Amino acid sequence: MTVIIGLEIHCQLNTKTKLFCGCSTDYRDDGPNTHVCPICLGLPGTLPVTNKQAVLYALKVAKALHCKVPAFSEFARKNYFYPDLPKAFQITQYDKPLALGGYIDNEAENGGEKRVELTRIHMEEDPGRLVHKGSGDRGRYTLVDYNRSGVPLIEIVTEPQLSSPKEARRFLNKLRATLEYLGIYDSEREGSLRVDANISIKGYERVEVKNITSYKGVEKALTFEITRQKGMIRRNAQIVRETRHYQEARGVTTSARSKEMEHDYRYFPEPDLAPLEVSSWVDEIPLPELPDARRDRFVQQYGISQNHARTLTGDLKLAEFFEEIASDMPEIAAPWTADILLGELNYRDMPVTKVPVPHYGALLLEVKKGSVTDTSAVEILRLILNQVMEGQQPEMPGEIIARLGLSKEKGDSIVDTVASVLRENEAAVADHRAGKAGAINFLVGQVMKATRGRADPKEIAKIIADLLKE
Amino acid sequence: MGSRYSFDNPDPHNAFITICREAEYGEGPLSGIPVAVKDNISTAGIETTCGSNILKGYIPPYDAHVITHLRSAGAAIVGKTNMDEFGMGTTTESSAFGPTLNPADPTRAPGGSSGGSAAAVASGMVQMALGTDTGGSIRCPASFCGIVGLKPTYGRVSRYGLIAYANSMEQIGPLAGNVRDCALLYSVIAGYDPRDGTSLDLPAPAPLKAEIAGKRIGVPAEFFGEGVDPAVAKTVQSGIDRLEGLGAEIISCSMPSMQYALAAYYVTSMSEASSNLGRYDGVRYGTAPDFVRSWHDAYSHIRKSGFGEEVRRRILLGSFALSAGYQGKYYAKAQAARQMVRNDFARLFETVDMLAGPTMPCVALPLGETSDPLSMYLADILTVPANLAGVPAISVPCGTAHNLPVGLQLIGKHRSEDEILSAALAFEEGSV
Ligand SMILES: [Zn+2]
Repeated sequence: MTVIIGLEIHCQLNTKTKLFCGCSTDYRDDGPNTHVCPICLGLPGTLPVTNKQAVLYALKVAKALHCKVPAFSEFARKNYFYPDLPKAFQITQYDKPLALGGYIDNEAENGGEKRVELTRIHMEEDPGRLVHKGSGDRGRYTLVDYNRSGVPLIEIVTEPQLSSPKEARRFLNKLRATLEYLGIYDSEREGSLRVDANISIKGYERVEVKNITSYKGVEKALTFEITRQKGMIRRNAQIVRETRHYQEARGVTTSARSKEMEHDYRYFPEPDLAPLEVSSWVDEIPLPELPDARRDRFVQQYGISQNHARTLTGDLKLAEFFEEIASDMPEIAAPWTADILLGELNYRDMPVTKVPVPHYGALLLEVKKGSVTDTSAVEILRLILNQVMEGQQPEMPGEIIARLGLSKEKGDSIVDTVASVLRENEAAVADHRAGKAGAINFLVGQVMKATRGRADPKEIAKIIADLLKE
Repeated sequence: MGSRYSFDNPDPHNAFITICREAEYGEGPLSGIPVAVKDNISTAGIETTCGSNILKGYIPPYDAHVITHLRSAGAAIVGKTNMDEFGMGTTTESSAFGPTLNPADPTRAPGGSSGGSAAAVASGMVQMALGTDTGGSIRCPASFCGIVGLKPTYGRVSRYGLIAYANSMEQIGPLAGNVRDCALLYSVIAGYDPRDGTSLDLPAPAPLKAEIAGKRIGVPAEFFGEGVDPAVAKTVQSGIDRLEGLGAEIISCSMPSMQYALAAYYVTSMSEASSNLGRYDGVRYGTAPDFVRSWHDAYSHIRKSGFGEEVRRRILLGSFALSAGYQGKYYAKAQAARQMVRNDFARLFETVDMLAGPTMPCVALPLGETSDPLSMYLADILTVPANLAGVPAISVPCGTAHNLPVGLQLIGKHRSEDEILSAALAFEEGSV
């Protein structure tokens, strides 16, 4: 059964002010309804004025994603009633969007590239936010916060060309990285990237899943929905064309009551705004180095693998971090950062920006000098990250090595240890002599244990071999 | 600063919804002049209702752009005038605050929707007033009450703070007892406003001087077509003869798109209105709904009880005209027809400087007579073309028919307010 997925991605632009008024968009730490004015409250008589910066940001995305910008585009009204929508219409774009076409080269299943085409990009305003309170039949009520009302959004619509939840996740990672590189989007703002997905099994009706508010939820939501649809097909049940909501907490999609979704939005051109004639602006908009270009440069400049380069450039902050510490020892910095550090950060849900550069650089230097084993270095890294997480001033790796006695044991000092391990494990020695694979690993492990990881496994194996030869 | 104008005249014609008995005024070209403002223009601190129950108690926190201009010109804003609810009418009878009486004949309606502003001027309560004109709402009551009213070029006066009925056609404009006062108020409110995305950035209005000799004035045959009261036509024709007597060249012409103008106007205005009026849900301002119900029920209830019949009719018709499956048949067709009207004006203005004809096809109607909405809509036939095309138009008194005032309408090219005001002044002075 072939899976077909198309995505609609809403991304908040991180302009200083809202799309049609002068209110600040940075309301994160402020109380409800503190970043509002007559315009974004939709008071009678107010008029929208388009924020030029928002248009420039949207055009920047269009340029970076290889879209065509028509000479003429326009805003339209999407009319519907909802308490978070103060004008009872959303100013959006309908049949004349800002940008058409475009594509993103996405990492394919086989490690190569797969081109995913875009349908369009358009601009629109975010509605306000509802906060549900109370409980019970009579006690429930809803408050409205209009701080978000009028924040600029772009909606990026893909063609239905994605074929698995994994691929969709990789696509979103790539898109998110690109948006971050462009500097038009703040990934740390809650709800700054929201996704709707169209999912179908080839030959069957398509289902729209709305309300995926975190891009991390996308893979889960898609996986659930595909499993649901495949199960229905196996049971010979009919898949109906419908809209479903993703319930983030439960990880399931549920059918939206059809009545609620039967909207006739009565789109028509927004009479208060002149049409946009901005295609000529595109040439002037400078693009920064984007993820693909940076990846290729990393391979060239640092001589690191394509895979490491892809991982390291897949996040702007990570790429910047890498460049800060990579210059002297890219061959160590690349695997350490892409394979080890990233894993430790994900485990702690810690942003790379919190990693202390001098400490991490000094640690890599110790690894390079060979003064600690990889095992000890990981231990030191974990210690430093934990100290940062707990709000402590982290120790320098040198201090930790001295305090915990983690210096790598070398040559003569470990020969004695190896000898005593061999004496205590005659059975394993005999196995090894009999050619039993695995016995050597056991012996190395015992030595590592005895040295508390301070010895280099390769060196131990060599000493074992030497001692047993004698 | 800080002078006070005491405004305690009686209001026998119900021209006002709100009267400000002590109005502050300052220095400037309108210093100490009492000015009335139509109640769909936002005034900080003064209740602004649009003649509707649904906005009862709404006190805007901000001034419309024109109000800022009025205040800095020193005007005393003495009150908010009655109007058809949300501007939807030609008689001022659909107001939730009762009808306004025509000072020229108190048994008749003053026209609308700026009937309160026209009556306030015509009765002598104020020297000048602001109205708004979406399909004739300044010119119609000016004509029926025997005063002067100007609808400026679309974009010439900022709409910021004007509570929208049909955004793509409406303009704020002056009403006054004579052309000079009308031009004075116009010169105060005209100008660029960055808060209105459709605002035009043009030089300030030129000083007014009477000027008509040598002007080529087109008279479309359709302006005297079916439905125009012969007595009105006769009065206006004699007015046009006087224009010729003053040195203007009168040129007969034709405007075939007139046959589509009313339909284009009503479909467009109702469509836009259905969207503009969606926001009146009682959540943020105006009459509060009973929120023990679900939001959906609360919205239905407040909108059903808060809007009058004509407003509900237009919201429903406009929603229908925009709905899927009908949009192509109605809204899209109306836009095509609108383009034909624009094209007709553009073609005519290649050979003439302005157009002349009656403002209204009839004289003021007796109160309570227009219970049939369709016949009321038909009365707008001569005023809506200027709104569809966005060109300026003025109504200036030109005599009487059936002993009631009749207005002469002059329609100019885009941005030619100075020209039609000068012609209107020459006509007014030549009539004396
Ligand atoms: Zn705002």
